[in-house]
Amino acid sequence: MEQMVPAALVPADSAPRLHGDLAVWLVILIELATFALLFASFAFARIWEPQVFAQSQATLDLRFGAVNTMLLVSGSAGVARAVQALRAGAAPARAGRWWLFALACGVAFLALKGVEYADKFEAGVGLTTNTFYMFYILLTGFHFLHVLVGVVFIAVLWFHTRRGAYGPGRTHVPETGAAFWHMVDLLWIVLFPLVYVMK
Amino acid sequence: MAMSLLKNPVDRIWLALMVATAITFWLGESGLASSAGAVSVGLMFGLSLLKGVLVILDFMELRQAPALWRRVMLGWLTVVIALILLAWTIARWRAGA
Repeated sequence: MEQMVPAALVPADSAPRLHGDLAVWLVILIELATFALLFASFAFARIWEPQVFAQSQATLDLRFGAVNTMLLVSGSAGVARAVQALRAGAAPARAGRWWLFALACGVAFLALKGVEYADKFEAGVGLTTNTFYMFYILLTGFHFLHVLVGVVFIAVLWFHTRRGAYGPGRTHVPETGAAFWHMVDLLWIVLFPLVYVMK
Repeated sequence: MAMSLLKNPVDRIWLALMVATAITFWLGESGLASSAGAVSVGLMFGLSLLKGVLVILDFMELRQAPALWRRVMLGWLTVVIALILLAWTIARWRAGA
């Protein structure tokens, strides 16, 4: 006779589920909707002032944008590795190293962006300079704040991971932080070609 | 070394994301982004779409999530990129007219 396995005993990973906290996922949706509006506004505003956008974009250093993309993408991989390590029951120090790596990527992003802003502000660029710079400051500035939140989140996760707070079956909080960081990465993946490269 | 690095799916996705970023950078730096027009813009946002899909499905783990969440996230990415390309096309028409 075939025995039925009660649904509750089926490993959680085999059933479709959202990894991370639902409340944070709803926040992610709101953030994505807000950025979608900003991205579309930028793209459509460009139609009316192609010269202004082209000239102002030419003052941006593409290398900063590209390196920053690589930092966020690498941070995302580090975060994914940290969650993976925790699920597999890796030693706290081992999982902690991945958080630390992601943290370093995030901090480096903030530092580079800081240098870029300092350079622009020194050149007298502000919100009222022109439409391009208004969007540049709004879009990247708003994104900057999200990176900052992500970095704090990762630092907290690193701290608790090292104390052994997470492990197999106890990855809800790390998954939540990871989802937030991946959103930050996802936004930049659209922002970089749009603001820095698209001619 | 390279083999052990790429054994983990996370590392393979990371590598794909890095290569796609390098290509986007090269498109901008080489001047192709302005001279090659539609081809390079298409390629660039095609890469952006690919990167976004990898992040959504594999990093955010929506491949294993309920279909509604997966559709909403992939839908967001598709709509945003479609709007950007639409605006780019209109800008081009206006410049040509």
